[in-house]
Amino acid sequence: MTTLFFIEHANGQVSDQSLKAISATSQIDGDVHGLIVGSDIDSVVAEASKIEGLSKLMHLDDDSFNNILAENLTQLILNVSGDYEYFLAAATTTGKNVMPRLAAKLDVSQISEIIAIEGPDTFIRTIYAGNAIATVQTSDPKKVLTVRPTAFKSAAMGSSGCEITKINAENMPSISEFIGEELTKSDRPELTSAKTIISGGRGMQNGENFELLDKVAEKLGAAVGASRAAVDAGFVPNDYQVGQTGKVVAPELYIAVGISGAIQHLAGMKDSKVIVAINKDEEAPIFDVADYGLVADLFQVLPELEQAL
Amino acid sequence: MKILVPVKRVIDPYVNIRVKSDETGVETENVKMSMNPFCEIAVEEAIRLKEAGKAEEIIAVSIGNQSCQETIRTALAMGADRGIHVLTEEKIEPISIAKILSKICEQESPGLVISGKQAIDGDNNQTGQMLAALTDMPQGTFASKIEIDSDKVKVTREIDGGLQTVSLNMPAIITTDLRLNEPRYASLPNIMKAKKKPIDQKSPEDYGIDVTPRVNVLKVIEPPKREAGIKVENISELVEKLKNEAGVI
Ligand SMILES: Cc1cc2nc3c(=O)[nH]c(=O)nc-3n(C[C@H](O)[C@H](O)[C@H](O)COP(=O)(O)OP(=O)(O)OC[C@H]3O[C@@H](n4cnc5c(N)ncnc54)[C@H](O)[C@@H]3O)c2cc1C
Ligand SMILES: Nc1ncnc2c1ncn2[C@@H]1O[C@H](COP(=O)(O)O)[C@@H](O)[C@H]1O
Repeated sequence: MTTLFFIEHANGQVSDQSLKAISATSQIDGDVHGLIVGSDIDSVVAEASKIEGLSKLMHLDDDSFNNILAENLTQLILNVSGDYEYFLAAATTTGKNVMPRLAAKLDVSQISEIIAIEGPDTFIRTIYAGNAIATVQTSDPKKVLTVRPTAFKSAAMGSSGCEITKINAENMPSISEFIGEELTKSDRPELTSAKTIISGGRGMQNGENFELLDKVAEKLGAAVGASRAAVDAGFVPNDYQVGQTGKVVAPELYIAVGISGAIQHLAGMKDSKVIVAINKDEEAPIFDVADYGLVADLFQVLPELEQAL
Repeated sequence: MKILVPVKRVIDPYVNIRVKSDETGVETENVKMSMNPFCEIAVEEAIRLKEAGKAEEIIAVSIGNQSCQETIRTALAMGADRGIHVLTEEKIEPISIAKILSKICEQESPGLVISGKQAIDGDNNQTGQMLAALTDMPQGTFASKIEIDSDKVKVTREIDGGLQTVSLNMPAIITTDLRLNEPRYASLPNIMKAKKKPIDQKSPEDYGIDVTPRVNVLKVIEPPKREAGIKVENISELVEKLKNEAGVI
């Protein structure tokens, strides 16, 4: 039984999402091999090789993998897929893009966003926007899984690296091409790894008003998130969205401001340790999951909160 | 060019989900059903491409029990031209759905398949990617913008850090994200017209696909309930509690 884990990285570091998701492999018997791709990534390869539990790291250094195309990465994994029984990646937009394609190529089912491992073929995941939790057992010989990072703690780093081997990009399909990327620039921490998050909803009224949240976030060292309504209205970019179809987060502290608490939003944040809700409507469903609720006009209390911190 | 749009019938997104007490699944009896919201977006996008003269025919496909016919009718009322209903009472998994769709692709040779990114019941987010693998087509998942340029399609994708644009050789598979468009409502005259549009009825066997599940659902339970906490009067009380009681700031 050997597991292959696809490791993501950004800005010269192993992604926090991958570090958390790879912990899931500690519950699977057998060796764990990593795969990491990109170009000029020697330092991040060295870092990744120290992830506890990894016994081997495969590394591709190739310009064409600076930006990952699902078609090419799937082929690359297939090239090395040989004896692996488990294929895992974090449930990021890359993991979600690639793992189902890989599973279909291997003619097996894929199991998405697992939150726990019950046995060699048995996994737990949420369905219906987190309104139900399913235990599922697969009869497929190979298991292709994505892992919800918030359900696991970051893997520890060992002091020395594991064996590193180079691989090459062979038989690439050339049916798709990377054109460009528009990444959101922010001085704030990344949503999925932040310890504190403050999110705004439709109640914020416009994009400029998100500055009120930014100022509080600055004081708390927090990331800023949003509801779908706020993203759809164009207040903030798409990657701020927390929820069933956005990002799933579980920080120590989540502050929801001007967010009503629709089930699709709750799906993305209700596993936060402490939840604060600020809403002027005392009937808002967000108060049903909040540890601390404040019924107030956000325009009055956000500046007060900034002052008080 | 033909566009194939797979549409799934799911519990309406605004219905409160109830888990069955015998832990076998969620209650679907007498529950309002709708077209999966991401599939509505897919149908809308296909119609817009047809209206812009980029496509000639839109085929809506649904796989499932008899009531899936209604979901296909909804797509036809929005503006799809014809339907294919693959009738089965089995709960089919994305890999089998993708296999059936790949056979339909062989027969219909669509220039584009536009599916939802995710069905909001199983939250799988797999079918489009699997279909792309089985047909060896490129995939533009989580699309927020689509532009066809002769034999290529440019897709803007919603990714974790922002937006990414890829160019795909056609035929290609696209899966929709929420901000691709706002689906229209079917008008009454179009609902009437849709009744005359053809729906082909098929079965998984017609396509030679074995739909026996590979993933067995052992049990389905309710998530742990989160208790509502307390209301605070003002910011200073809030900050005091967060510092001294919760210890999170
Ligand atoms: C398929 C599907 C997927 C979805 N996915 C997601 C998702 O991933 N994430 C997500 O968030 N949503 C998602 N949604 C949308 C979700 O159903 C809700 O529509 C959305 O979360 C509502 O956002 P909101 O709370 O900001 O807006 P609203 O529901 O309009 O709430 C605004 C709140 O602000 C309060 N308010 C207004 N002014 C003030 C003020 N001055 N001071 C204090 N409070 C104020 C109001 O009392 C109200 O409670 C999805 C929906 C569907 C159908
Ligand atoms: N039973 C089905 N019939 C038709 N299309 C489906 C079916 N199941 C899934 N799909 C398509 O695949 C998309 C993603 O579904 P899923 O992979 O289950 O999350 C949906 O939005 C549909 O476009």
